[in-house]
Amino acid sequence: MTRQPETTATGGLTRRGFLKGAAASAASLVIGVHLPNRAWAEDGVEPAAGAFAPNAFVRIDPDSTVTVIVKHIEFGQGPVTGLSTLVAEELDADWLQMRAELAPADTAKYTNKLFGLQGTGGSTAMASSFEPMRKAGAAARAVLVQAAANRWGVDPGEITIERGTLSDGSGSHKASFGDLVADAAKLEVPGDPKLKSPDQFRLIGTQVGKLDTPEKSNGKQIFTLDLYPDDLITATILHPPQFGAKVASVDDSAARAVKGVIDVKTVPAGVAVYAENTHAALKGRKALKVQWDSSGAETRSTLQMEREYSQAAKKPGLDARSDGDVEKALGSADTVIEAEYFFPFLAHAPMETLDAVIQFKEGQVTAWMGTQIQTLDRGGLARVFGVDKEKVLLYTQYAGGSFGRRAQPGADFAVEAAQVTKALDTDRPVKLMWTRENDIQGGRYRPLAIHRLRGGLDKDGNVVAWDQQIAVQSFMKGTPFEDFMIKDGIDASAVEGSKELPYAIPNLRVGQHLMDNGVPTLWWRSVEHTHNAYANETFLDELFERAGTDPVEGRLALLGDKHPRHSGVLKKVAEMVKKAGDVPEGRQRGVAVHKSFGSYVAQIAEVSKNAAGEPRVHRMWCAVDCGVPVNPDVIRAQMEGGMGYGIGAVLYDAISLSDGGYVEQSNFDRYRSIRINEMPDIEVEVIRSTEPPTGVGEPGTPPSGPAIANAWRRLTGQSVHRLPLVPITA
Amino acid sequence: MAISFELNGKEVSADVEPDTPLLWVLRDHFKLTGTKFGCGIAQCGACTVHLNGLTRRSCITPISQVDGGTVTTIEGVSGEEARAIQDAWVALDVPQCGFCQSGQVMSATALLREIPKPTDENIDQAMAGNICRCATYVRIRKAIHRASDSMEG
Repeated sequence: MTRQPETTATGGLTRRGFLKGAAASAASLVIGVHLPNRAWAEDGVEPAAGAFAPNAFVRIDPDSTVTVIVKHIEFGQGPVTGLSTLVAEELDADWLQMRAELAPADTAKYTNKLFGLQGTGGSTAMASSFEPMRKAGAAARAVLVQAAANRWGVDPGEITIERGTLSDGSGSHKASFGDLVADAAKLEVPGDPKLKSPDQFRLIGTQVGKLDTPEKSNGKQIFTLDLYPDDLITATILHPPQFGAKVASVDDSAARAVKGVIDVKTVPAGVAVYAENTHAALKGRKALKVQWDSSGAETRSTLQMEREYSQAAKKPGLDARSDGDVEKALGSADTVIEAEYFFPFLAHAPMETLDAVIQFKEGQVTAWMGTQIQTLDRGGLARVFGVDKEKVLLYTQYAGGSFGRRAQPGADFAVEAAQVTKALDTDRPVKLMWTRENDIQGGRYRPLAIHRLRGGLDKDGNVVAWDQQIAVQSFMKGTPFEDFMIKDGIDASAVEGSKELPYAIPNLRVGQHLMDNGVPTLWWRSVEHTHNAYANETFLDELFERAGTDPVEGRLALLGDKHPRHSGVLKKVAEMVKKAGDVPEGRQRGVAVHKSFGSYVAQIAEVSKNAAGEPRVHRMWCAVDCGVPVNPDVIRAQMEGGMGYGIGAVLYDAISLSDGGYVEQSNFDRYRSIRINEMPDIEVEVIRSTEPPTGVGEPGTPPSGPAIANAWRRLTGQSVHRLPLVPITA
Repeated sequence: MAISFELNGKEVSADVEPDTPLLWVLRDHFKLTGTKFGCGIAQCGACTVHLNGLTRRSCITPISQVDGGTVTTIEGVSGEEARAIQDAWVALDVPQCGFCQSGQVMSATALLREIPKPTDENIDQAMAGNICRCATYVRIRKAIHRASDSMEG
């Protein structure tokens, strides 16, 4: 294949031993753009530098290679390709000369302007980069054009660039980017370069091959786990068996007897075993005998939590939204239906478990990890080692999935890895590798939630009342995001997607009960849209079925003309299914539509019952409106993946705690991941929108569960109010 | 204890504990990092290599069982099927995070060697042991069919 295979992580530690600096070589041209910064005042959060700090996003080498410094971590959602496309577009580069590097932690240069800190999440990479990255490319283009104009003695307006080659009007002069790098480096960079209009786009909206595909197909892509610097020590860790428990005493004699084990240390997160190789570190951990102090632990089972949440949801909570008079409308409704929903804790289970390589030498901290919120992780590293953050070099690595797991407001993993490194008092680099057991039992789950819904229909079958009480714990409390996310007691995350229910229901109330829970939780792909969209779209479907209303027509009627983009994707997906023909014997279809992270997604699932009596999802159709589709194939891929992730969770997944608070799953044997034989065929249509681009990493997930559950109910008559759909049998 | 075997076409030997899983010998000792750790209990397939021509989960294979054997990893896999699979992977942009893909490629290559024209059922059977949390399965299936088609004639 001719695709360029050379993507590297900035600071990627190679097997030869050390890092390539983030700085450009002297002969390269570095172009910066100015981004607005916003300071966070929280402790440990790096204040943003002055508003005019220069930001380096583009580097052009003498060999004409254009390297885009990508400020967002890449774990499959596509920013390396997406952001490079924006630069290449405005630069009129040839796609084959493009490369990408991941930006290191440097808040001043690489702030996500939507967060005010350096980080990736909320499907914001494209939305926050669309203009800045195009400006970076356009500025580079302007400088190259000026350099050529000076050299050839012509007006800059006469110069054109075609796939990386500059030429003047006469056709007598031609130059590559590399030819002009030295001249360009001496020129001033325009602050506000002119951008193309959408009709001039040549790459945006087309299918360019992903820059990171070749190395991810031949085993050459380097992840944190693959870093083997000289003198590496490998560490494993044994965590307490309950959340909040602590080490009481350790008998490490057997662990220390394992050949290759260097040391054993008690650290705040548990007991760390250090070894000369991974096998010894794992074997040593297995040989540990630890007594735990569970006096401060969360000891409730998930069953107990469910009962408590259920009690809370029976009463009205704090109103996140209240239209009309719900109680009155329910009292006078012709038909009232009620349902209680149970949503379990869910683990993210990215393929690459959490890991980091950290070296503390002569007062300097150097760390390599799949950091998703660089600003906070860097702050956490600095705190543990007791150094200024300027003494922390943090290199963002390609990561084997995240789904939210690597975005940690409390920097827990960075802190844990730093404590493990520091405890050994060594200047050798230490790699902490979590095992799958650490991952599945390590918390930071999608929160457990209970929803209680009551809906009322009038005698004509119109939906006249909707009461939704959501009991869930907040994972924003006590984090740098609290002030931003919790206003007047309402956690915007907890009720997202339900508070904004787009349907015209005259009496509508959404209440919130924030529950205390000692199990640590976190955003999980599409955050709380996962359970909120599920409750919204399945309960509405039941009301429609009761009223004899067509599920697509009924939704369109309630969307009216106020929500054209919801209606747009719904109509599109219905069209796709119409083309596919009638539903085959023994199957049923279900629909769902949901907006999350600015993007609108409608899906239809076709489901049958297999020999084991479990649902088999045969096909799914998906229509997505995410504004200007920068790379339609990346969007399709994210829909496919987001749907697969949602399907697997809804069908098979739950983290449960037994009496005493012990997690009952520990690996993929009982925390069942969707596999290829369970994956439906998926067709995706991307709406050709001209709205500003919005995210695609998460919005594919929320509608997949309710679409399947709606199909299942229409097939079997069984409502699915308790997830997962396939009960845990182990 | 020194274990000798053929690794990607070369005779090698490693002086490691005999119970060390092949995975960690490949990674820690030979620095062949394309083969990944995902679960450690042969549930996810990220560690798939070829041992004596057949797919093998290297995370549960003690190195003592490999003595005298032939091991191929993603770094050394070659031949018509491997080329066709990897070309199809690139053409369809199969990988997302990419972490499981070495294992996927190793399983898919072995499938095509055994069944040059696999059906969807053959693909399900051969690939169900390889988890992809990004759920790139739709494209994995298409890419295997495409690779198979490309090998005709």
